[in-house]
Formats: sequence, C-alpha cells, structure tokens
Amino acid sequence: MNRDQKKEQKYLDASTRQLIWWRYKKHALAMIGLWFIGLLYFSAAFCEFLAPYSQDRRHFDSIYSCPSKIRIFDQEGRLRRPFVYGMALDVDEETQQICYKEVTEQRHAIRLFVTGDAYEFWSLWRSKLHLFGVDSPGKIFLFGTDRMGRDMFSRCLYGSRISLSIGMLGVFLSLVLGLILGGISGYRGGWADTLIQRVIEIIRCFPSIPLWMGLAAAMPPHWHALKVYFVITIILSLVGWTDLARVVRGKLIALREEDFVLAARFVGAGHARIIFRHLIPSFTSHIIVTVTLAIPSMVLAETALSFLGIGLKSPITSLGVLLKEAQNVTTIALYPWLLIPVLFVIVTVLSFNFVGDGLRDAVDPYSR
Amino acid sequence: MLSYIIRRLLIMIPTLVAISIISFTIIQLPPGDFLTTYVAERNARGETVDPTEVESLRQRFGLDQPMYIQYLRWAWNFLHGDLGHSFEWNRPVSSLIAERIPLTIVISFSTLLFTWLVSVPIGIYSAVRQYSWVDYLLTFIGFIGLATPSFLFALVLLWFSYAYLGMSIGGLFSPEYLEAPWSWAKILDLLQHLWIPVIIVGTAHTAKFIRIIRGNLLDELKKPYVTAARAKGLSEARLILKYPVRVAINPLVSTIGWTLPELISGIAITAVVLNLPTSGPLLLSALRSQDMQLAGGFIMLLSFLTVIGTLISDILLAWVDPRIRFGAREGV
Repeated sequence: MNRDQKKEQKYLDASTRQLIWWRYKKHALAMIGLWFIGLLYFSAAFCEFLAPYSQDRRHFDSIYSCPSKIRIFDQEGRLRRPFVYGMALDVDEETQQICYKEVTEQRHAIRLFVTGDAYEFWSLWRSKLHLFGVDSPGKIFLFGTDRMGRDMFSRCLYGSRISLSIGMLGVFLSLVLGLILGGISGYRGGWADTLIQRVIEIIRCFPSIPLWMGLAAAMPPHWHALKVYFVITIILSLVGWTDLARVVRGKLIALREEDFVLAARFVGAGHARIIFRHLIPSFTSHIIVTVTLAIPSMVLAETALSFLGIGLKSPITSLGVLLKEAQNVTTIALYPWLLIPVLFVIVTVLSFNFVGDGLRDAVDPYSR
Repeated sequence: MLSYIIRRLLIMIPTLVAISIISFTIIQLPPGDFLTTYVAERNARGETVDPTEVESLRQRFGLDQPMYIQYLRWAWNFLHGDLGHSFEWNRPVSSLIAERIPLTIVISFSTLLFTWLVSVPIGIYSAVRQYSWVDYLLTFIGFIGLATPSFLFALVLLWFSYAYLGMSIGGLFSPEYLEAPWSWAKILDLLQHLWIPVIIVGTAHTAKFIRIIRGNLLDELKKPYVTAARAKGLSEARLILKYPVRVAINPLVSTIGWTLPELISGIAITAVVLNLPTSGPLLLSALRSQDMQLAGGFIMLLSFLTVIGTLISDILLAWVDPRIRFGAREGV
C-alpha cells in the first residue's frame, strides 16, 4: 500500500469520534478556544493554590495599589531572578491623588511554592502552599488591589470560579429541562407539543434582562449568599432551557419516523427507553454544540445581574461582583485595573463561542 | 393576507394574557405588599401610622381581596391605561413610563437600522470573498463584538473617552436641552448623543447578523440557479445582488421577533451604565426600592412591545415571502 492508500484506509477505519476530532483540530480558533477553556477551568478549580493571597485578605497599607511590575533587571542593569520592588505611599503633586511609588532599595524576589494565607482546599484538607509569592515583607499584586486592599489577581481567579460554575450549573439545569420538555414536545406531539411550544414562545417574548431583574429583585435581601447563588442559577436556566428544548424537539420530530425507532417499538421498547437509548444518542453532538454556545450567555447574564447589584453579592465573589466596583467613570479613570475582570469575561465568552463554532462544523464528519 | 393577520392577532391574545399573569406574579413576589413598605418607610421617618388608616388604604387598593380578584382588577385597570401608582415617585406609573418608553423605542429602532446597514454589506462581502483575509478579519471583529457584553463595552468606552478624550459620553441630551421642550435643535442634539448607545448595543447583533447573512448567502451561491445565471452571462454584481442576496437577507425580517427583546435587554443595561433616560435605569431603581407597581408595569409594557414587534415582523415576512402565508411556519 502506498501512503495515500494508507491514509484512505485510516480514514475509512476511523470511528465517528475520531473523525470529529480530526475535523475539529483543523479549526485553529476552536483549538485556541479549547486551550483557553482548559486553562480557565484549571485555574478556577485550583484557585486557592494558584492565587497568591486569599480572596478576602486585606492589605491595609496597599489600598488601590496599581499592578506590580515584575522585573528581571535591577538598578545597575544586572540580571536577577524575577523580583518586584517594594511600594511606598506617595501623593501625586499634580492631581493630589494618592498613588504608589516603587522603592528601588527594596527588592523582593518572586519564589515558587511559598507558604502564605491558609486555605481549605475543596473543603478536603488545609494548606498554606501557594504557587508563587514574594519574600516578605514584599507584596505582589499582578492586577493591583481594590478599595479594601484586596489582591485583584486572586479575586479574579476566585471570581471566575463562581462565574464559570454558574455557567455550568445553569446550563446543566436548562439541559435537564430542555431534554424533558423538548423530548415530550417532539416525541408525543399533539396537545402537549402545542402547549410546550406556546410556553416557549411566551418566555421568549420577555426581554430577558428586565425579566431576570424582576425575578432577582424579588429575592429577600437577608438570604444567605449560597442560597442567592442557587436561586440566581435557577432563574437563569428558567429562561435558558427554551433554546435546548427547540433543538431537541426539532431533532426528535425529524428522527421519530425513522425505521430504527419503529424496530425498537416492535421489539417492545418503552417510550422512555426509545427516547433515551435510541433517539437522544443520535444527536448528542448537536446537544453538545448548543450547550457550549449556551454557557457563555449564562456567564454574561450572571455578570450583568451582579454588576447591576441584584445578582450575587459579596461575600461571594464573581466576575460581575468584581466589576460592580468599576461602575463609575472616576473610579475607572483613576484605577483602570479594576476593569481587568472584563478580560476574563471576554476570554471566557470568546473561547466558548470558538469551541462551539468548531464543534458545529465538526459534528457532521461525513459532510463535504 | 387579511385572514393571516386576523389569525395572528387572535394568537396574540393568550400570549398577552400569559405575559400579564407573569408580570403580576413578579409584582407579588416580594414578601408583603406596597403598604407594608409604605408603613415601614413612614415608621422609619418617625411618624406613627394609624392602623385604621392602613386598613382603609388596604380596602381602597383592594389588597384585602383574593389574589385572582386583585389580578383581574390590575389587568382591567391596565387595559384602561391605569398602571397603578408609584410609591417611590408618588406619581401614576403611566406618566413615568410615558416619559421613558418613547426613547427606548427610538434607540431600539435606530439600533436595528444600524445593525442592518452595517451587517448586510459586510455579510455579502465576506460570503463572496470567503476565506480572504478581509473575511477572517471581519469574522474576528464580529466575534469580539459578540463576546463583549454591551455594558462592558460601554464601561470600556466610558473609560476611554474619559481618560483619553477628556469628555464624558453619558446621557442622551446636552445639559442645556435636558429640560427644554421638543424642538429641531433638541432632536439634533439627541442624534448627536444617540450614536453611542446605538453602536454599543448594535455591535453584538451586527456580529450575529453578519454570520447569518454570510452563512445563508454561501448556501445560496452553491445553488444551480446561480450557475445558470452566470452561464447566461449576467454581470457578477447584478447576479449576486438580484437573486441570492434577496433570499439571504430574509432572516433580517424573520428574526425581528427575537432580536427586539434582546435589543431591549441590551439597552436596559447599557442605559444604566451610560445613564440614559430610558426605561432601564428607572426599572432598576424601581426594583431596588421594591416599587413593584412601577417595575411590573415596565416589564409588562416592554414585553407587550416585543409581542407587537413580533407581530409586525410576521406580517412583513408574510408580505415578503408568500410561502409563509399558506404553509405552516416551522421554527425560524
């Protein structure tokens, strides 16, 4: 066999999953998106370890400190291991604003695997180990600090944990709702279909943000933060399931007349078995695409609600809660690093969109 | 055509009823009613509230009656243009809403127009020159527009204009026109401020439309009639614009239904950031102070507008595409 034939044979032998993966790999942006999503979820999962400080640790001497500059050359121009300078409070003569100045006499080397703030890792064990830190009394604020002197880098990591998990949880809930209701609607047809379709249409008539605002504002203010978190997730998925239900319904209508469904019915399979064992597996890939594209809108919705002050509230830190600090122009103009959480939101949303796009092109490996 | 419109109007009625029930439920969701808030506020000011006064107020507003009677009363008043009373502002809700809704509509339609004007040429170009570097560039910019939520975009723009241009871009009117009656000068002033929210809200949808038009046009360009037209020697510009583009831009009309709620959502939150005198900020403050009569009125009216917008888009679509008038319309 020559090379072309081998390639041809490999293509013919490949499983559907492999074909999808090959096609997906060709999509450069989708691969980049996949890497970023991996990175984001990794950092969200291990944020206690990756963040140099705990999310609530206040550095009273460094309020609104600007991002630390990491240097490798000292004053004399000699190459050193990466370090940061100590910061001293200073008043800008022109604007009379408090700012921080680097003190070149104090060099604090950046070290890996240092002990710092204690944390409980996934509520499993206690540890003080952090990926990186600087020699005390130095401090490292990669993204600066906020009005309480809390490290923005650490808070961004903790915040993306909450925001990303809301995306996952919310999509999971709407997936369950969408599968059940879309399944009934598409498989049963008749009055159940009409009823569910009408409900979907009505839900889609509402401008989502005002509706979310209304539902979120109805939560009593004294609720525990965790309860608010779950209720917000439920509110988001109450609107989000409609897209999934439509996909499921459309696919079921197209597939329910196929011969393999008839065959399954003849051998006495029940409706639930036909739906979950035979029909749904045949369009899992489409569901995955829809889910991938639904996660970013959940993340955005949470960010929007928390930003407006009717979603999550501190002590829970999400990206939206972080951005709430950056609500007015003067704050942004003086402390632009408070906008950094925006980058996390944008990267998350972009990555999911790229991955969803790549998947959509790849799920049908026999086309073209 | 007439029977189609009548059928659509009849379908609208249950939808509107359902929307009103949901809006009413939202009004009722917070614990207590507006009288409890009212009493609490007066107590906080150090005034004592006579229980008999509360009771008479309760009777006057019908709060002692069962929920469905209250709903029917509310819906009946709504039909007569009485949306209740805002306790925060101590004014009828309808007058508060009347101030804000027109500007929301103006921004929505300008945004819709903007997205169409931008996305159609770009969509056509990137479909005809598929995989050219311009196509990649436009797709990438479109993606960024899609990924940046409008309020974040507004924030960044605020910061940029403040830090580098030294001006503040909030609001819809210059200070001197804020209280002035409507005149040509005021309208011009409005137009000068309008483009900022329009661009901010519009970018996300422009990206979406570019993708829809590009995808549709790519499908159309592969069809035999295009080859036939080309074989007949039609010029390329005429060939593309006259036939495939007309089919490809169909979704512009058919998606008004779900674009409108998204636009209104986007405007609501952008308006909070940019401090625009539209419905968003007022709704937010109503929700924060639990002024639920006002909030419910807003949610209800915004949804009503959406339903009417959808109706118009359906009629337009039936007018543009005769297949819809007769056949069943399967999910757009």
